Amino acid sequence: MTYFPEEVVEHIFDFVGSHRDRNTVSTVCKAWYQVERLSRRTVFVGNCYAIRPERVMARFPGIKSLSVKGKPHFADFNLVPYDWGGFALPWIEAAARRCPGLEELRLKRMVVTDDGLELLARSFPNFKSLVLISCEGFSTDGLAAIATYCRGLRELDLQENEVEDHGCQWLSFFPDSCTSLVSLNFGCLKGEVNGGALERLVARCPNLRSLKLNRAVSVESLNKILARASHLVDLGTGSFAVDHRTDAYHTLMNSFPKFKSLRNLSGFWDASPCCLRAVYPVCTNLTVLNLSYAPAIQGDDLIKIICLCFKLQKLWVLDSIGDKGLAVVASTCKELQELRVFPCDIYGAGTTSVTEEGLLAVSSGCPKLNSLLYFCYQMTNAALITVAKNCPHFTRFRLCILDPGKPDPVTNQPLDEGFGAIVRSCKNLRRLSLSGLLTDQVFLYIGMYAEHLEMLSIAFAGDSDKGMIYVLNGCKNLRKLEIRDCPFGDIALLKNVAKYETMRSLWMSSCDITLGGCKALAAKMPRLNVEIINENEETDEFEENLSDLHKLEKIYVYRTVAGPRNDAPDFVWTL
Amino acid sequence: MSPPPEHDYTGGAVEDGALNLKETELRLGLPGSESPDRDDKVGLTLELLSPKSFVSGAKRVFCDAIDAGGGKWGFSAGEAGSEVENGKGSVLFTPKGEGSAGGKPPGLGRAGNDAAASGQAANSGKSHREVAPAAKAQVVGWPPIRSYRKNTMATNPPKYKEDADGKPGLGCLYVKVSMEGAPYLRKVDLKTYKDYRELSSALEKMFSCFTIGQCNSQGIPSRDGLSESRLMDLLNGSEYVLTYEDKDGDWMLVGDVPWEMFTDSCKRLRIMKGSDAIGLAPRAMEKCKSRN
Repeated sequence: MTYFPEEVVEHIFDFVGSHRDRNTVSTVCKAWYQVERLSRRTVFVGNCYAIRPERVMARFPGIKSLSVKGKPHFADFNLVPYDWGGFALPWIEAAARRCPGLEELRLKRMVVTDDGLELLARSFPNFKSLVLISCEGFSTDGLAAIATYCRGLRELDLQENEVEDHGCQWLSFFPDSCTSLVSLNFGCLKGEVNGGALERLVARCPNLRSLKLNRAVSVESLNKILARASHLVDLGTGSFAVDHRTDAYHTLMNSFPKFKSLRNLSGFWDASPCCLRAVYPVCTNLTVLNLSYAPAIQGDDLIKIICLCFKLQKLWVLDSIGDKGLAVVASTCKELQELRVFPCDIYGAGTTSVTEEGLLAVSSGCPKLNSLLYFCYQMTNAALITVAKNCPHFTRFRLCILDPGKPDPVTNQPLDEGFGAIVRSCKNLRRLSLSGLLTDQVFLYIGMYAEHLEMLSIAFAGDSDKGMIYVLNGCKNLRKLEIRDCPFGDIALLKNVAKYETMRSLWMSSCDITLGGCKALAAKMPRLNVEIINENEETDEFEENLSDLHKLEKIYVYRTVAGPRNDAPDFVWTL
Repeated sequence: MSPPPEHDYTGGAVEDGALNLKETELRLGLPGSESPDRDDKVGLTLELLSPKSFVSGAKRVFCDAIDAGGGKWGFSAGEAGSEVENGKGSVLFTPKGEGSAGGKPPGLGRAGNDAAASGQAANSGKSHREVAPAAKAQVVGWPPIRSYRKNTMATNPPKYKEDADGKPGLGCLYVKVSMEGAPYLRKVDLKTYKDYRELSSALEKMFSCFTIGQCNSQGIPSRDGLSESRLMDLLNGSEYVLTYEDKDGDWMLVGDVPWEMFTDSCKRLRIMKGSDAIGLAPRAMEKCKSRN
């Protein structure tokens, strides 16, 4: 290979797609490193503090697509303080300076500001796609900047962000010359949008395939939009609630049959059963259906619509579907790959909406099932063992039994055997979340069998340090480990310190880690940032008086070549 | 072990010195043993927990403090967060059941986990394992549901119910409400009320003074409803009457039909002056008289 001219090597590298392979290729020799770095078009940074943005841009000047993740996953559940970090601006600035060819930016769990969005909009003439997931810190003014300056924008995808509403005008900033939109998702915006501007925008973008409206968009407005967008593949419906005596309702009922390409439906924020009937004509073609924000649709109506969806691959519902509804899913949706069942009533009194029966039914009826997120009030070992046998193809298995530490209600045993069966049977399992009563035994199984496991989430489980040690010693491919409220202490933390450099990050909160343990870890592993997150108000006095025995509330450990970060707030100490 | 944790103790705050603290002080451990670090930690401390966990919370505090660090009290002196009668205060410190000094009510050791927000550093390893089912107590970040979803669902509670006869209802039903002499109209969502009384009081608040024909929950004007004095007021025109326009375009007096039928057929509401409603009132009077 070394006798080939560079252009040939570069051409060969074009066929090397995955990040990991390209990373490996670049370590072979200096020549390959050079060729690879100059020809790399896509970079993924899993932890924004693992490397400085300037280094990334310097190494890969030709990138067209950049993807960066910020806060740890448990930030989704309010376990990470608000101003912990994860700022997007340094990344945007660095890219603006060194990589003006950037076309796509994808940010997850980061703090994005309006200034950052404006800089982004002005700096990249070929910018095509902005995807923001679970971000915060910006307002509709920032979106207006994107609309104004990004000529040729193809995709604006805002998923579950906290966006401050500064008015409905931002959509009007898309110039009349903007006709390139393919995907527009503003479902997470709380405020109204300018209906007329939206309709005109949809009308002049002939390539629009994905449109996800927010709750403020009324059925009247939706009707006008649908009249202009018959090539949609993916639709988020807006509020979808209207009085059945109105003209708007009748128009809605007649809108959907013409959508031959529609495959993906979501939204339904306020949908009532009679409005839901409007989509029956397209159900037979649907591959993705998300009804998880529609609490007004109860079990029987869910069943009516699911009966029609025999090509469904991905289904997100509320647990009001019940075991009965899941049985219908099992008998109808033979192509189902992903199922998510969310709780309707988050602080409920234990009303059993779905149980292990529902999961059993789906596992036996849907042979292609590989991804599960299931909230329920109870689960049995027997059911999990059967599920494991029925569905050996799980890659993602997340079970959340809502009562922490709840045992198998039939046998009163921990759920070790059930989860053990899952990891033993599902050889390709990459992501696992545990719940219920669990002892160290389940971690023994995980360490032994979960060879491809990359992400593990543990809560209220285990008996002793041994549990965590089994996992750290066993799971060869572990990248992210997040633990809360488990009796794991310094011994577990320090048993296999080299492991943390093979992982992206470790999160531990409400465990038995002490300051001394963290100090020891930081001393042994200089290329880790050991962050202590201390939200206690008496920080100042505490700092002086802290003994090594002081138990730490939250720690976040991650490998990095960037050293301790310079934007950490007061309550974060990096050892 | 860390300094005594700041648990949420159930409220039973008292003014310093008002109680004979020595007597109500709880001693952990076997009778006769002295609890360490007593010197400046004497006294009662507490911040009020939410009323729900008021009583049981006292027990949790006990056991939690007992568990954490094996016998050390975690009370700390502090000012009264809120005043509670001495009576209540002392009741709190006479634990219910047998859980007195040295005893440990079973099954509550780790409930303290739930009572305090999760993340109390003082929880010992042992108490993690068997966290009691969260009986309305909320652990931070549990269940693991994204805040985005929690916030969205919080503003969208499933209040919808279909009618018994299967007729489809709706998520909301806004109708205009006009009132004689008012400079602008209002809108109300009929679905947020479950009977005429609720609608009436809401409209009353909105428009400050008017009345409707009194009716009980079945929508049938009660005998007492249109009493003589009330009718006199109506006729004098100092009262208002609530009327609505139905599907056929007719103006009807609110209150004649069952609530569900009303919400189904009501297109708009109008608050008329009693004097204008004279045409309607006599019929009601006749009904009333025929009953009497």
